[in-house]
Amino acid sequence: MTPQAQLLKKRHRISAAFKLFCLSVTCLAVSILGILILEVTLLGLPWLNADFLTSFPSRFPEKAGILAGLAGTLWLVTLTAAIAIPIGVLAAVYLEEYAKPGRVATLITINIANLAGVPSIVYGILGLAIFVRFLGLERSVLAGAMTMSLLILPVIIIASREAIKAVPSSLRQVAFALGATRWQVTRDHVLPQAMPGILTGVILALSRAIGETAPLIMIGALTYIAFVPEGPMDEFTALPIQIYNWTSRPQEAFHELASAGIIVLLLVLLIMNATAVWIRYRGSKNKFK
Amino acid sequence: MTQPSEVLLQANAVSIAYGDQLAVNAVTLPIYQQRITSIIGPSGCGKSTLLRSFNRMNDFIDQVTLTGKVTFNDQNVYASDADPVAVRLNIGMVFQKPNPFPKTIYDNVAWAPKINGRRDNMDDRVEQALRQAALWDEVKDRLQESALNLSGGQQQRLCIARALAMNPLVLLMDEPCSALDPVSTARIEDLLFELKETLTIVIVTHNMQQAARVSDFTAFMENGVLIEYGPTETLFTNPENKRTEEYVTGRFG
Repeated sequence: MTPQAQLLKKRHRISAAFKLFCLSVTCLAVSILGILILEVTLLGLPWLNADFLTSFPSRFPEKAGILAGLAGTLWLVTLTAAIAIPIGVLAAVYLEEYAKPGRVATLITINIANLAGVPSIVYGILGLAIFVRFLGLERSVLAGAMTMSLLILPVIIIASREAIKAVPSSLRQVAFALGATRWQVTRDHVLPQAMPGILTGVILALSRAIGETAPLIMIGALTYIAFVPEGPMDEFTALPIQIYNWTSRPQEAFHELASAGIIVLLLVLLIMNATAVWIRYRGSKNKFK
Repeated sequence: MTQPSEVLLQANAVSIAYGDQLAVNAVTLPIYQQRITSIIGPSGCGKSTLLRSFNRMNDFIDQVTLTGKVTFNDQNVYASDADPVAVRLNIGMVFQKPNPFPKTIYDNVAWAPKINGRRDNMDDRVEQALRQAALWDEVKDRLQESALNLSGGQQQRLCIARALAMNPLVLLMDEPCSALDPVSTARIEDLLFELKETLTIVIVTHNMQQAARVSDFTAFMENGVLIEYGPTETLFTNPENKRTEEYVTGRFG
């Protein structure tokens, strides 16, 4: 064999080895996740029935249900979306379309990126100090939603900015050349084009809010609630708090209940993520090239 | 038609720089009403930059500085009280790549009148613009279809219709045929002859034959400097400047 052919053979071997390495790492990650889901399903599925979904917590496991947590989470995520989406998207529009690049803009950008990495418990402390105590919102679902909004705003702003940045500048130029103002260009062309990306980011951020527990515990969301919140000022609990509470009890039956709660939480997340995929697919059809 | 008419648009000692790099150097260029003026020159000579200064499209590029004056109807479009949005209503633009909005054919044409508060008789406005752009017969039965389904040549005529819907006085065209096949190019050139009955057209082109075929006046630029400007026939058959002669006879560029 010529040295050239030998070298080529070696290069192919390394390439094949790398492929194998990547495959095994992927399998490892997926199987760990698979085992987790399997265990949760085995434990929780027997408990998952209509009674579980329509009952309030109880000290008897067979009577306990997830209704308060599920309703609280739906309230929380709806209010959080109503607060965080307008603020986040408008901030992103300002930073991308209006703000002049410079030191101030860079400072804001760096700060937002840093805020995305602040531990969620810190947002809980902030929410407790400002919304619960200072604004006197008590332990309401509104206070919880405002705290969650703070938590996910950086993610929404960053995702929206990326989506807006990805809109070709030629589209803006065409619209400007037709005598449009910046608002008209943004409203009719930039935002519609950026919408799939923005919504994907928003839904991922909201998914994170659904799974967060620490800030809610900090602001005092209750774990034993035998009612469904009827307004934004009502007290509430949420799925992850309920799950956390059940896992910390000594009886085995409550651990199984927690698994059933996890399945419900995963289903809610799955529905939201499927929505994100669907929106992205629909948006890809009307893309400006 | 190669006699000069009234000057509608004029660059007066216009210099444009990107940062500290000079792209257009003290160009003075009168554009005559209802004539087609073409700007030719090698790549990077500043012809597109000059064209984009007529409707202030360079405003959107960071660090562009312009000195001198661009007058439209004797008003400086760069005056401190001039509104760039108002300028662009009178001076429309067609770009190199056909770039319709990802909307219906109808909405593409209707958008500019709509955002400018001219919502009355919209169907008539759309039809008139599409007729002017010689596209009406091809699309009249599918106005609600996506503009992206049209061929490249049709898309470019739609872009012309979209610009015409505002009834501008000037149409700026930045290499409008460079992405099109010869048949589509010929259709657009025919269209230009019809449009100049009412419109003033400035066209930047790489294609010297195109400049010779369609334009009444031709400006030749090199390295940001206007080398020669005059009636197209003179410029192509009897240029004063040696560089112009070399360029139009294909010896460089």
